[in-house]
Amino acid sequence: MAEEGLMTKTDGDEFVVFDGVQKSYDGTTLVVKDLNLSVPKGEFLTMLGPSGSGKTTCLMMLAGFETATSGEIRLQGRNINTVPPHKRGIGMVFQNYALFPHMSVAENLAFPLEVRKIGKSEREQKVRRALEMVQMGDFGGRRPAQLSGGQQQRIALARALVFEPELVLMDEPLGALDKQLREQMQFEITRIAHDLGITVVYVTHDQTEALTMSDRVAVFNDGRIQQLATPSDLYEHPANSFVAQFIGENNRLMGTVTRIQGDACIVRLDSGDEIDAKPVNVIRVGDRTQISIRPERVETNKDRLRDGAHTLQAEVLEFIYMGDIFRTRLRVAGHDDFIIKTRNAPDQIRHQPGSMIDIGWLPDDCRALDAPQGT
Amino acid sequence: MLTADGVPLRRSLNRALRRQKLRAMLLIAPLLVFVLITFLAPIGDMLFRSVENQIVSNTLPRTVASLSDWDLASETPPDETVFRALAHDLVIATELKTHTRLGSRLNYEASGMSSLLRSTGRDVEDFGEDLSASLADLDPVWAEPVTWADLLGDPAWRAEHESWAATGQRSGAPAFQPSATALTALPRTTEIYGAFARITQEVNGRNLMRQDPWHLVAITLIEEIKADPAAAQAFAGEHAARLAAIAGADLAQADFTAAFADSNDRWITPTPWSVIALYAAPYTPGYFLNAVDLGKTPEGIAPRPADEQVYIMLFMRTLWLSLTITALCLLLGYPVAWLLANLPARQANLLMILVLLPFWTSLLVRTSAWKVLLQRQGVINDVLVWIGLIGDDARLVMINNQLGTVIAMTHILLPFMILPLYSVMKTIPPTYMRAAKSLGANDWSAFWRVYFPQSVPGIAAGCILVFILAIGYYITPELMGGARGVFISNRIAYHIGTSLNWGLAAALGTILLIVVLVLYWVYDRFVGVNNVKLG
Repeated sequence: MAEEGLMTKTDGDEFVVFDGVQKSYDGTTLVVKDLNLSVPKGEFLTMLGPSGSGKTTCLMMLAGFETATSGEIRLQGRNINTVPPHKRGIGMVFQNYALFPHMSVAENLAFPLEVRKIGKSEREQKVRRALEMVQMGDFGGRRPAQLSGGQQQRIALARALVFEPELVLMDEPLGALDKQLREQMQFEITRIAHDLGITVVYVTHDQTEALTMSDRVAVFNDGRIQQLATPSDLYEHPANSFVAQFIGENNRLMGTVTRIQGDACIVRLDSGDEIDAKPVNVIRVGDRTQISIRPERVETNKDRLRDGAHTLQAEVLEFIYMGDIFRTRLRVAGHDDFIIKTRNAPDQIRHQPGSMIDIGWLPDDCRALDAPQGT
Repeated sequence: MLTADGVPLRRSLNRALRRQKLRAMLLIAPLLVFVLITFLAPIGDMLFRSVENQIVSNTLPRTVASLSDWDLASETPPDETVFRALAHDLVIATELKTHTRLGSRLNYEASGMSSLLRSTGRDVEDFGEDLSASLADLDPVWAEPVTWADLLGDPAWRAEHESWAATGQRSGAPAFQPSATALTALPRTTEIYGAFARITQEVNGRNLMRQDPWHLVAITLIEEIKADPAAAQAFAGEHAARLAAIAGADLAQADFTAAFADSNDRWITPTPWSVIALYAAPYTPGYFLNAVDLGKTPEGIAPRPADEQVYIMLFMRTLWLSLTITALCLLLGYPVAWLLANLPARQANLLMILVLLPFWTSLLVRTSAWKVLLQRQGVINDVLVWIGLIGDDARLVMINNQLGTVIAMTHILLPFMILPLYSVMKTIPPTYMRAAKSLGANDWSAFWRVYFPQSVPGIAAGCILVFILAIGYYITPELMGGARGVFISNRIAYHIGTSLNWGLAAALGTILLIVVLVLYWVYDRFVGVNNVKLG
């Protein structure tokens, strides 16, 4: 359902567009390689990727702190390549908040309004409203240094929003917070973004953050978008081995495609076993492939498997009790880092290390992806 | 709060920390001792010298005491008593050769005092020569040194002295002891003979029995006997008779006023006396008054003559030029520090080396290089003439004036501005500027409202450092400043090294110190010393 909603949004309505954008710092290597991306109005888009993948550079180009080496960035249909940052009207939240230490919280919030020459009474009213929006109404007189990390984060958010920008960029804004606060702020940021109807481009290297907050996620690696999809698509239907590996936990098995039949294929693992898989980006018989299976989609109960489904023999190496789930490490087809996750239910078997079990999965959950280079 | 074993927590903590503190103290002890001995003690001594004035009352104790009755404002010199006291003091001072030092000291306050004291010092020994000669005429025994020793000395001391003389030793003579009789009957004569005996024996190392007493001793004896003939009765035997003879003889009265007038007629004007009286106190504000172009006069504190007024002007010039230099350093240093803090590491390191390069060159060399560049026939003038910007006859005067001092000192002090600025700017993350721009501020207001306020601690530190260094600078103004570009410190150096007026140098130095402290206080009020960040 969410997918459908998004589809209608992307249609036509191009709020932010990266059109063939490339960026090089040294003239010999590209940090961003041919970026094409269009963000509809009101979307919460996350750029996710490991450090050095080019995501922050993209954000900085959008903010105007870096210039694109080639290509065009458009905001509401207007080319903003040569527009200086202060004229772009884009709100931004920085990694370390960048609250001005010599100003009080209220002065920090008033700053964007002052430079826009907004009258005093209106300014005060907007500052108060912004502070209330982030539930920091009483903190106007404090200095940033007197606030906790979470409070500073709220103020930084309020400051980026107080001048009512339609587009807000966030550069790993929650990176410095502890886990609990981070989860709370994730919720809060999405709530505010939806309430205000603003477009957000959010950069993070934390996949959980990306999955829980975003309408769509662009996974970056090596200067390219590897996959642009909704969180559920991204997790359940990774387009390539990088995305499968980067998002969530993932079991990998290496093999060769032996037969392709439309929406299904047979893969012969390096150990000789044959399994059913769903071909994603394997093209022909004989291709090397990396099989990707989510740990929670592995079935140990034969009764639940489709008739005739391939199963594999596995040796239990380790059983870890994690409260809500059990995590069992197996040796499968020569790999001894195969993980399965099972829900802690009363009837769930707790596999003893050393025992042999049969495992299987639905062919749809077993995705035959490209083999990473060198394998 | 108690610890588990019942000891108060605070005491237990103190005990635990004591060892640590002791070790810390031991570690800094050598430096502390070094600083105390080589820095604080000399400074304390200099500060003390700026008010210390014991030389007058130590050298002329009797004069100072008798002058207390004299009216400072009077048009006439004091009476005979004071002249006699001065003769008394001067005889002792010339024997000890302290009168020249006194002369130098008083000469700071009124010129001519040094030569006056020197010339009279040469004559004072002979004051009353005729009187002592007439005493010898009356009875030749008065020409014998032994007569005096017998009359005024303690008999036990005389016996001891005789037995010492019999051994034929040259040193170790027993020191003169006045007899009780002499002390009560002839107190003043005994006192001055005592002074004579002490100087003869201890200072000159001579045999008291072979040295003629000063004429002053004879004069004093005549005066005392004439004033109180009964004093002769106190003595026994031949002493009584000899003293009675003096009482009965017709001997002239000593006239010290005439003697001084004869030596130098300035003594019969009130001027030298008022100088002595004004600067008689053991502690004087005189040096400080002098340091701010004031002086003590009989009418009170008054400005010095216009041609001697130099220090206020020098202080003002020092402050003004130091401010100019500080402002120039800030103006030139701020962009460089900003570049240093924002360039990539490689270029920043190169630039840093260029900034630090002057530190590796001798100050004297750098100053001399500026001399070469700035002088009339120097490089800059040559280039300007060569490109035709100025005529050969209109070469710019850039040295031996304030311009020269300002140029050279700005260059020399620039690193002291750049380094604190840099260390502060280094801590300002570039995201602040970015944040300001993303919030809609243009380059200038992002700088002025966000970056600049955060660099203020560096500005504060740099300005304090440069200003305080500049205000006490010596070598560069000395070499570059000529007559019009010198600082107060050059004057201090002159008084330390050339005029030897250490009291004035100390007073000038103290004022400089106070000015700096006051400025520091003002600065603290307005900028806040806690805002200062040196690194």
